[in-house]
Amino acid sequence: MDLSIIAETFPLYLQGLWTTIWLVLASLALGLALAVPLGIARTSRNPLINGPVWAYTYFFRGTPLLVQMFLIYYGSGQFEAIRASILWPLLSQAWFCALLAFALNTAAYTAEILRGAIEAIPHGEIEAGNAIGMSPWLVMRRIILPGAFRRALPAYGNEAIFMLHGSSVASIITLIDLTGAARMVNSRYYAPFEAFLTAGLFYLALTFLMVAGFKWLERRWFAHLRPRPA
Amino acid sequence: MLDLHGYGPSILDGVWVTVEAGLVSLVLAVVLGVLGALAKLSGSRPLVWIAEVYTILIRGIPDLILMLLIFFGGQVAVNNVMTWLGSDEYIDINPFVAGVLTIGFIYGAYMTETFRGAILAVPAGQLEAARAFGMSRWQVFWRILTPQMIRYALPSFGNNWLVLLKTTALLSVVGLDDMVRKAGLAAGATKQPFTFYMAVALIYLVLTTISVLLLGWAERRYNVGVRRAV
Repeated sequence: MDLSIIAETFPLYLQGLWTTIWLVLASLALGLALAVPLGIARTSRNPLINGPVWAYTYFFRGTPLLVQMFLIYYGSGQFEAIRASILWPLLSQAWFCALLAFALNTAAYTAEILRGAIEAIPHGEIEAGNAIGMSPWLVMRRIILPGAFRRALPAYGNEAIFMLHGSSVASIITLIDLTGAARMVNSRYYAPFEAFLTAGLFYLALTFLMVAGFKWLERRWFAHLRPRPA
Repeated sequence: MLDLHGYGPSILDGVWVTVEAGLVSLVLAVVLGVLGALAKLSGSRPLVWIAEVYTILIRGIPDLILMLLIFFGGQVAVNNVMTWLGSDEYIDINPFVAGVLTIGFIYGAYMTETFRGAILAVPAGQLEAARAFGMSRWQVFWRILTPQMIRYALPSFGNNWLVLLKTTALLSVVGLDDMVRKAGLAAGATKQPFTFYMAVALIYLVLTTISVLLLGWAERRYNVGVRRAV
């Protein structure tokens, strides 16, 4: 092990760390915003609403993230209509394609997590809401969604960590995230152990931070379920 | 349907490589998973410690980083050993072997948790009764523990397999001629990346659908004779 390589390239890793962090946070935020309406739509009994969302989640959960990213990054250029559209300045950039693929991917997993959480809601809670005269929208906002978010939290924590790990494929379409930094260091110094172990430690630290963050959230959201101090 | 411009057979070759790499990795992961679970439950300090470090490290670091570490690091290590042995022959690591070892090693950690939970779910009295009957340790493991444990392990085993199969796509990055790489080559030659990556995505969907059906069948089979509560 040559630690001087790591010291020399440390700024590159910090830059990569920053890219990984914003890419993951932006994907998770966009994905969650998409997943809430999709998860609600998945619980619909109307096949015209439920069906397309089912197909969407089936596709994105059944294919590798790498292939989804390639479809957007390389695939979008195949169509003249896309290249002529106003979206092309965005779709021709690696960061946007990675972000879009990640957000669509995590939205599919999160929508299914939310569907499960919504379907697990005790029926009495909804009846109680109806009985005191809440509109369907108010029942959704005050009763169904808060309960569903709480029940979904542990599974969502796992999904967020999968997203962090999945984001490493962004390096394959030239982004310099943590993995990209490690690949650059490896090709420049031919030092695979130094390069990839350093990135691995960064990911490990990020993973532990996320686990701790979700533990803290769980303690807060489930505070009313904890045994009271005697 | 999709026009593959004569690249169909080449992609089909890639499908077999993907399936083979997935299945061989799965066997390795199951072996490591059972060993890891037995180590965690052994009660021996060093064994428990090794298994804990194994599962925490592997599950905290992205697959791609581990893959690049083992692929490039393994290359350096093998050739260092060759030099040390006095040979000046340069050995190129075979991407299939390196890939299968890496994926097997990674998913062994996930399988460890799967089998640990499943073994714990088998009532202790069953094992005690078998011991009291005079069965050897091996007989208890093979005749009493394994058949009952499989039932509890199957759902999580199935999830791991689906994730593992999709992870094989990453092996195209280190040069394995799987279907993703074949599609990339065809996309480069025909300038139709969307067509080829979509074809690959659909093949993944077929593979995951077949897997889900087989796993459902296996779960029904192993649950014959178990009364459902609901």
